[in-house]
Amino acid sequence: MWMRNLVFGGLCLTGVLVLASSLRPRVTPEQWKDFDPAPFKAADFKATVAQVNLAFRDPWKREGLVPSAKADDLAIARRISLALTGTIPSLEEIRLLQSRDESHRIDWWMQGLLEDRRSSDYLAERLARSYVGVINGPFLVYRRRRFVSWLSDEIHENRPYDQLVRSLIDSNGLWTSEPAANFITVAIKPDSNEGVQENVLASRVSRAFLGVRLDCAECHDHPFQDQWKQSHFNGLAAFFGRAENSLAGVRDGKSTYEVQDRDTLEKQTIEPSVPFLPELCPDDGLPRKRLADWVTHRDNKAFSRAMVNRCWALMFGRPLVEPVDNIPTNEPLPPALELLADDFVTHGYDLHRLLHLIAATETFQLDSAVDPNVAGHELTDRHEELWATFPISRLRPEQVVGGVVQASSLATLDYQSHVIFRAVKAANTANFITRYGDAGEDELAEHGGTIPQRLVMMNGELVRDRTQEGLLQASTRIAQMAPDDAAAIETAYLVVLSRSPTADEAEHFQGRLAGLKGRDRNRAMEDIYWTLLNSTEFSWNH
Amino acid sequence: MEPLNQQTARGEDLFGRGWNRRTWLKTASLAGAGWLSPVASMLARAEEERSGGEPAQSVILLWMGGGNSQLETFDPHPGKSISGETKAINTNVAGVQFADGLPLLAEQMDSLAIVRNVVTKEGDHERGTYLVKTGYSPLPVMIHPTIGAILCHELPVGGAEIPRHVCIMPNQWPGRGGFLGDQYDAFKMGDPSGKLPDVTSRVPDDRMQRRLEDLNAVESAFARGRVARVKATLHQETVASARKMMSSEQLAAFEVDQESAELRERYGDSAFGRGCLVARRLIEKGVRCVEVNLNGWDTHTGNHEGCKTQNKQLDPAFASLIADLKERGLMEKTLVVCAGEFGRTPNINPLGGRDHWPNGFSVVLAGGGIRGGQVLGETDPEGSRVSHEQGHQIFDIHATILKAVGLDPTTENIAPGPRPLKLSEGSPIAELLG
Repeated sequence: MWMRNLVFGGLCLTGVLVLASSLRPRVTPEQWKDFDPAPFKAADFKATVAQVNLAFRDPWKREGLVPSAKADDLAIARRISLALTGTIPSLEEIRLLQSRDESHRIDWWMQGLLEDRRSSDYLAERLARSYVGVINGPFLVYRRRRFVSWLSDEIHENRPYDQLVRSLIDSNGLWTSEPAANFITVAIKPDSNEGVQENVLASRVSRAFLGVRLDCAECHDHPFQDQWKQSHFNGLAAFFGRAENSLAGVRDGKSTYEVQDRDTLEKQTIEPSVPFLPELCPDDGLPRKRLADWVTHRDNKAFSRAMVNRCWALMFGRPLVEPVDNIPTNEPLPPALELLADDFVTHGYDLHRLLHLIAATETFQLDSAVDPNVAGHELTDRHEELWATFPISRLRPEQVVGGVVQASSLATLDYQSHVIFRAVKAANTANFITRYGDAGEDELAEHGGTIPQRLVMMNGELVRDRTQEGLLQASTRIAQMAPDDAAAIETAYLVVLSRSPTADEAEHFQGRLAGLKGRDRNRAMEDIYWTLLNSTEFSWNH
Repeated sequence: MEPLNQQTARGEDLFGRGWNRRTWLKTASLAGAGWLSPVASMLARAEEERSGGEPAQSVILLWMGGGNSQLETFDPHPGKSISGETKAINTNVAGVQFADGLPLLAEQMDSLAIVRNVVTKEGDHERGTYLVKTGYSPLPVMIHPTIGAILCHELPVGGAEIPRHVCIMPNQWPGRGGFLGDQYDAFKMGDPSGKLPDVTSRVPDDRMQRRLEDLNAVESAFARGRVARVKATLHQETVASARKMMSSEQLAAFEVDQESAELRERYGDSAFGRGCLVARRLIEKGVRCVEVNLNGWDTHTGNHEGCKTQNKQLDPAFASLIADLKERGLMEKTLVVCAGEFGRTPNINPLGGRDHWPNGFSVVLAGGGIRGGQVLGETDPEGSRVSHEQGHQIFDIHATILKAVGLDPTTENIAPGPRPLKLSEGSPIAELLG
């Protein structure tokens, strides 16, 4: 009997301890501790940032545009979190940020997040969309999740980007033990399971790695961009003509690439050829290796430009050249694109550095508004076109869900978080994204908001579950634990919108809480949470 | 609405690189708000009058998720080894037989057209679904819109206050707008016996009112210094449209309980039966496309048992839908299509199942000017595949559907690229429209 009592007592004690530890602020995560500002103080880092800043300032000056002022650090931190982790900063993170010296806050934030596993996972998922698409692909020979987790490892370790891409184009072996091979096996012909769809791979290479849409010339010469001919596309596809799948996985066989002429119906064997800069392509070797050499050649500027444009889009929600994978090869390009591309090549295709450089630019740190108190200062279309203000873009579904889930917790939800939270997050996320609508592969094209999205935010399960009163719910905890009404409103704003309320807002919402206690107070806070989550500000990046 | 939308899209595009973020935003949001715009419905009516004839107004797609066995439904081969002992029954059209699981539907054969030799190259669920629903094979270049999205994009808005594209009990791949924009995605709902998701406020009216009032405080703070930019997001308009839908009387169309018990019984006591009944109620309100899913056809094991269960739901629902549409005089206005992503192998595997078979399967069409009582094409009684040259292609079926609703399949939209893309690359099948 005493044995049973002891076990019972033990269980109770464990329960209390778990609860207590969840309420206690957690220790600073490893990556946030040892911050070394040296790389961001280095002359070559600062020089590139300065050059990029100048490249934007010149046209502003020419046109007499007054740019937005620098944004608040928290606003910048929110952008960075959304771009790298797909969610908003937690209260815990905001408090850490506020405790840092102002002079290096953003560098510290950026570096900490780049080393965070959440970032590599999220970036991997976003890049994977352009590498392998979103379709689950041929069932037995393709493992999308395996591919994405491998990609995440590569990004986490900051493997040079040219090497990463080489390993995709020239991958061999089994899709299970050599995850990069899924880049090839996703394009296995659906009816044979052996050969690959060369056109699919050529299309991915041209868009994702070169930032050109050769694939539009697949069926006919390009209707709008006449430098791309059908022969360019076919020549690129032919590099994959020998790729095949076998029991030992992806390898190069003996087959050739044939296309049927649409008019004469004659079959024609196509030799591999590159669409531009043929002198950079080695003459000998296996075709996919030759292609990988050519794509990643340091003089092949299309390669570095494509990645800079994509990273810029990931950070800003909008690329420097639109659409993201259609960068002209015969027209002048934005100087910032060239400057960053050169830095990317010179510094060994260092992806972390590139993202950090972008975050450090003046443009990235501009406000998305102007000071309303300055008469005559208004934002025009030119401000947006010339990046004299931060672009406003709609958040992606998983960013919205990431934000809702994070806002319901005061601590950072990540891989250290309790397993139940993570499971809930996964299940909730999937269901919400189905209802909210996923942008799919074409994820950087701009879409307007939809009515079902508003309905699911206003009346859906996720928002209800994440705001209604509950012991572990952020809204309830704020309502009950904040020392006074002002602090409660301030905290709710920080947690949901990553900013402090304006004086008007503070006054308005304190009025909603005044004099309320217990459940009434919890419910009032639930209403405030609902309101903040349904605002334009929450659903858009700004 | 649509003429406006297209003009913007094309005007910007043909002149090179004008296809920028703002254009997208404007077009996309305009189209999104167009659900309820009175100007849009005016334009819409003008459009309808101009087109003269009486094309179908709506499409009901009965989606056989997983790929239904043609042999146990619309294309039996009784007495042959591939039938696996499945019996056939006569229909009300001489010489046309169905598998014995569809006795009620057999009585409606005179209204149906069966295409028995549809062929595709897609033997994977996701790819096959994509192809059959969009009329195009999946490409990395773009996401094609499904038939329901095309209809909503091309046809006038009319008086609908509720979503014009609805998917009942979706599997993983419901209809979507693709490059036409997310606002053409299907509105997704479950078994109509349950509550319609997300259209009912979670809190009483007074609290909802207070929440919305409070929203103004946050919105005006955010708009400071960026009024025009915040307006351009159309966020608040979309919230208002969503509110309008929440209070629309047309929401009653989603409620199956408003039909008589007798009629509900005729459709069958199944989610699919209720889905078909709600589909009829929705098209009466001007909804353009309702997709009703009957999943569970992926019979790799125990095919015959599986099909028996499926047919028990399909038969009364499909048959009553046809009868009901006829009784209400809606048959000419409504095109009903019954299809899955592919058929099943003629050979039965060692587990008594049939596997994926895109090499000759059945698609059924009815109403909307389709000539009923006919069968097009045939499959081999011994089970060999239909050659690609001889079979009917999915894109021709798409072109037929488009023609039936009064659209020209060769109409082009600007797809990403940008490049012009036809609504369908096929040609209408003349015999069906005869």
